[in-house]
Amino acid sequence: MTDAIKEYEDKLPKSIIDSLRENIPASISQAKLKQILEQTVAEYNESKADPGECIGNISAESIGEPSTQMTLNTFHFAGVAEMNVTVGLPRIIEILDGRKELSTPSMEIYLNKPYSEGKDIKKLALSIKETTLDDISLGFEINIVDLSILIKLDRELMRNASFTVATVVNSLKAQTKGFNIKVDDDSMELKSRSKDINLNDLYKVKEKIKATHMKGVKGISHVLPVKRGDEYIIITAGSNLKDVLKLEFVEPERTKTNNIFEIASVLGIEAARQAVINEVYGVIESQGLNVDIRHIMLVADVMCNSGYVRGITRYGVVSEKSSVLARASFETPLKHIINAALVGEIDYLESVVENVMINQPVPIGTGLPSLVTKVKK
Amino acid sequence: MPEERIEEPEPSVSKRIGSIQFSVFSPKMIKKMSAAKVVTPELYDKEGYPVDGGLMDIRLGVIDPGLKCKTCGSKLKECVGHFGYIELARPVIHIKFVNLIYNMLMSTCRECGRVLIPQAKIAKAKADLDKIEEESGIESRRLEIRKVISSMKTVNKCPHCKAKQHKISLEKPTTFLEEEKRLSPIEIRVRLEKIPDDDVFLFGMNPIHIRPEWMVLTIMAIPPVTMRPSITLESGERSEDDLTHKLGDIVRINQRLFENINAGAPEIIIEDLWDLLQYHITTFFDNSVAQLPPARHRSGQALRTISERIKSKEGRIRHNLAGKRTNFSARTVISPDPMIGLNEVGVPLVIAMKLTVPERVNDWNVSYLKKFVEKGPEKYPGANYIVRPDGKKKKITDETKEASLEELQPGYTVERHLLDGDIAIFNRQPSLHRMSMMCHRVRVLPGRTLRLNPSVCNPYNADFDGDEMNLHIPQTEEARAEAEILMEVQTQLISPRYGLSVIGCIQDAISGNYILTKGLTFPKEEAFDVLYSAGIKDFSLPNKEKITGKEIFSAILPKDFNFTGHSRSKDEKGSDKVVISNGKLTEGVMDKNNLGEGSGLLLRNIHKKYGKEYAIKLIGDIFKLGIQVLIRYGFSTAISDTDLPSDAKAKINEVMENVRKEVDELIVTYRQGNFDAFPGKSIEESLELKILELLNSARNKAGELVANYADKESHTMIMAVSGARGNLINLAQMATCVGQQALRGKRIDKGYNKRTLSCFREQDLTPIARGFITNGFKTGLTPAEFFFGSMTGRDSLMDTALRTPKSGYLYRRLANAMQDLKIEYDYTVRNASGRIVQFEYGEDGIDVSKSEKGIVNVKRIIKSNL
Repeated sequence: MTDAIKEYEDKLPKSIIDSLRENIPASISQAKLKQILEQTVAEYNESKADPGECIGNISAESIGEPSTQMTLNTFHFAGVAEMNVTVGLPRIIEILDGRKELSTPSMEIYLNKPYSEGKDIKKLALSIKETTLDDISLGFEINIVDLSILIKLDRELMRNASFTVATVVNSLKAQTKGFNIKVDDDSMELKSRSKDINLNDLYKVKEKIKATHMKGVKGISHVLPVKRGDEYIIITAGSNLKDVLKLEFVEPERTKTNNIFEIASVLGIEAARQAVINEVYGVIESQGLNVDIRHIMLVADVMCNSGYVRGITRYGVVSEKSSVLARASFETPLKHIINAALVGEIDYLESVVENVMINQPVPIGTGLPSLVTKVKK
Repeated sequence: MPEERIEEPEPSVSKRIGSIQFSVFSPKMIKKMSAAKVVTPELYDKEGYPVDGGLMDIRLGVIDPGLKCKTCGSKLKECVGHFGYIELARPVIHIKFVNLIYNMLMSTCRECGRVLIPQAKIAKAKADLDKIEEESGIESRRLEIRKVISSMKTVNKCPHCKAKQHKISLEKPTTFLEEEKRLSPIEIRVRLEKIPDDDVFLFGMNPIHIRPEWMVLTIMAIPPVTMRPSITLESGERSEDDLTHKLGDIVRINQRLFENINAGAPEIIIEDLWDLLQYHITTFFDNSVAQLPPARHRSGQALRTISERIKSKEGRIRHNLAGKRTNFSARTVISPDPMIGLNEVGVPLVIAMKLTVPERVNDWNVSYLKKFVEKGPEKYPGANYIVRPDGKKKKITDETKEASLEELQPGYTVERHLLDGDIAIFNRQPSLHRMSMMCHRVRVLPGRTLRLNPSVCNPYNADFDGDEMNLHIPQTEEARAEAEILMEVQTQLISPRYGLSVIGCIQDAISGNYILTKGLTFPKEEAFDVLYSAGIKDFSLPNKEKITGKEIFSAILPKDFNFTGHSRSKDEKGSDKVVISNGKLTEGVMDKNNLGEGSGLLLRNIHKKYGKEYAIKLIGDIFKLGIQVLIRYGFSTAISDTDLPSDAKAKINEVMENVRKEVDELIVTYRQGNFDAFPGKSIEESLELKILELLNSARNKAGELVANYADKESHTMIMAVSGARGNLINLAQMATCVGQQALRGKRIDKGYNKRTLSCFREQDLTPIARGFITNGFKTGLTPAEFFFGSMTGRDSLMDTALRTPKSGYLYRRLANAMQDLKIEYDYTVRNASGRIVQFEYGEDGIDVSKSEKGIVNVKRIIKSNL
């Protein structure tokens, strides 16, 4: 049976072949099989999109229309074991804008065995979480008279996170060049070596050392071990794919982040494209809306086409259009027209809006075909 | 006859614009293209005739009827207008180029005009820039240039002529300073002139299209009069356009500057006038420069000058160029009519007599068209105009009727009234997808509203609470053909969004079919009557005395149709399986899952197997059948539908009582400090979550009880179960308990006063104090509950109001970014510049609107072949 299907592999896309393999009963006669395959090919060819179809517009409609039905502020209340993540329309806007700073970055970290079965899960989770100096201190004070910073450390918290004063001082050293560190039981005093330091600078230093990275993965601000199905995973607030993938107890294949730019830089543009698709599709599905994945694929491809993740904004995808008038019709028309004049840009009227502007047929759909004929001289 | 035939005029040569070149006008070019030099700010002489050399000079075009343009000799509306120019007494900086001028001054030598990059490195810099442009477009080149330029700021000695460079600063908007000393536009122009062509390239400019010195204006183009027409007020006074006002200012100040210079006035006066000229010219180009006060009318309203005319949604580009207006359209309120076809639109007679279809007269239809002309514009199928072959339109009136009839001959066009079957495009805003504009056939009906079949409400997202819709009549054969083939309702049946039917039965039609197929029986005679009144002519009912609803429904299905699917509700046997074999509904009930839009493959399969014409006919038939059943069965809702037996009430009360107790206990443990937090949450958050969970489960339990105990035969239940309207939660809300009012995902929060309303104690955490509504709508809410309900009501109103513009903007951006993507003949998806975006659309090339829910249904194919 498989041989017969194999012949059709270049006539049908992989998804259909797979589905055929899966659904055709093994005890089928050759003739019947042939008949089924032929009909599938016929139906497939029938349902192919025609040349000239304005796919882009259809996809834009298919995403734009349901987005008017999406709720703006979706909160899930039943979920005890969930991190607060942006969903709904704001999330879609965030993705399509190509924003580098997410409002709620988050990761789903899958673990290798035996950790995925729950071994030391709490400890592992805590070890990922970023600890800053601020987290293990009781307070920071500035001594205005001697111009020094006093840090009071929390003994108990330090013991929990297995820190000693010495390790703290060590990690502080890089941050505080030009300062003398005096350790006194559970407090530290930082004093500048140079005489002419003013209060302003001191304050800045104080704020800076508060965020000193002590332990864990940078950028992971919260961790939550969760049982999903019958394995344990760690959900985090804050994202740092590069460093998390380096951890040896992490299963790198399934570990996810919702930060598309991180994916693009760590795993490459193809992965980023898939991430855009997954994220957008996830949001649309969670809203109970029905949008075919092809539309989202097209949007993702438009965004990732140049090799970088670009938002659908005037600085991103739209700025790459070849036509001056098309760019001008979107936003900031004057800027585009003036810049075009400087280089003497030529608009060849190849896309839609320019032709609408000058009342000519658009080169899409029925406006696309033209007659080629030899004129008798 | 043939001698009389008027020759058809040669079709006008239609030219096609191949490309548009953008560039900057050189002073020479401005002079060359100008029709007149403007020398006086006066507009009209005493007789009201435009002054020669004034701003309304008739060499610049005409806007008055009766006058002839001196340049091209054409009359009003024929003359497109001609540019003029004025010679500026002193050069002035063009505001739109200020930043560029600044960059150039900073990065070129003040003596020799060369770029401040050593000769050896220029070639490399240029190559770098070209490479960047090639890689990632002109935008990146500009960014890179900016970087190069900022690196040049620090150079203080020219690498070419060794001249010392001074620091140049820009005092916005248009003043340049070199070491605190002001640089006049004359000096600036001199410096820009010195920059050699080769160096100009570096700045991302093409010296063929722009020389740097052109950015400092010495003469200025005056836009044609036709671009700034004056309007005559009722009083006979003339009111000039904003641009004319501004130009008047410019010309006036320019004249004064000339006079003062010639008279040898002191430098201060000249400088002041010069600055004033600069101000006027700046605001002429852009009246919203941040550092300048906008030029205003006498009334205090800011002038709308060139930039403002182009910019924004109301500007030239988005309002006039990308958006067009149309004739031959109508708009009124819509109302439903299930008895017209899905692809028909009921057009009121008054509209049908105003909108027309042009029909070309030929030898075969002369007598047919003469009938319309004979009736004239007042009697119904008449005509409003005849059009002569030369394009002259002639109105048909009682007086001209005879003459029109007389002269009508092949070559003429008659604009006749709408007739049944004409093609019209029907639209409802917001036009969010292509199904918002579909082609319908006209059906002229009495009344004053546009009528549509309620089944097509879905794609338009229309209802009948006062919605208005638009109707367009295509005027050419090409337009009609495209509308018919590409846009008619049946061609739009399968949504390109998800590959299922967007048109289905709604509301009563679903209830009706549900009741019918769930176990209704009719006597034989009545069964025939039901079908007949639903407009079905083909009765294939079994020859029995009692005929079941399923058999009646089967009568309208095609005889060789097979289908298995699932229904939303359970049938008598408690299964949700729907089986149609050989055109007989043998198992299951029909409800929203199979008849509604966007759900189930029933309609999709019918469309696939029998085609679009059959599919819309069948949907129409099912719809009418459902309604006929309801007419016979009687269908209404009543408050008593929400009545519950007393034991159900007791059970619900028990549930409510229990949950109250449980919550109270939780609160007590929390107060005692024994409540454990969930991981990653604070104690308060955890408590809230826990309480919310309890309350929600209580509401759900109450809902279940209602669903179990409420009268299953009640019409409210039928609607909820069949999916026609409403759901069980709505019913439970009416019958027992409205439930928790959630505001921003939480219970209603205490405000600044530690309590939600002043009728509660401070820090009260009990359900009722935090927006849990225990009463149902039937019993009525307490004042506090009502208030909580209003809070969430307001919240959801705000949500809608804020969402619409956000999603609208998202949609606009998507549409703008993707509108030029299309499938090429090689089946790749490319954008307008030919760049491949996808090698095969959607990785398999399947058009969703030709698919079954996005796939080729392999299972169905296999099944049908076994």
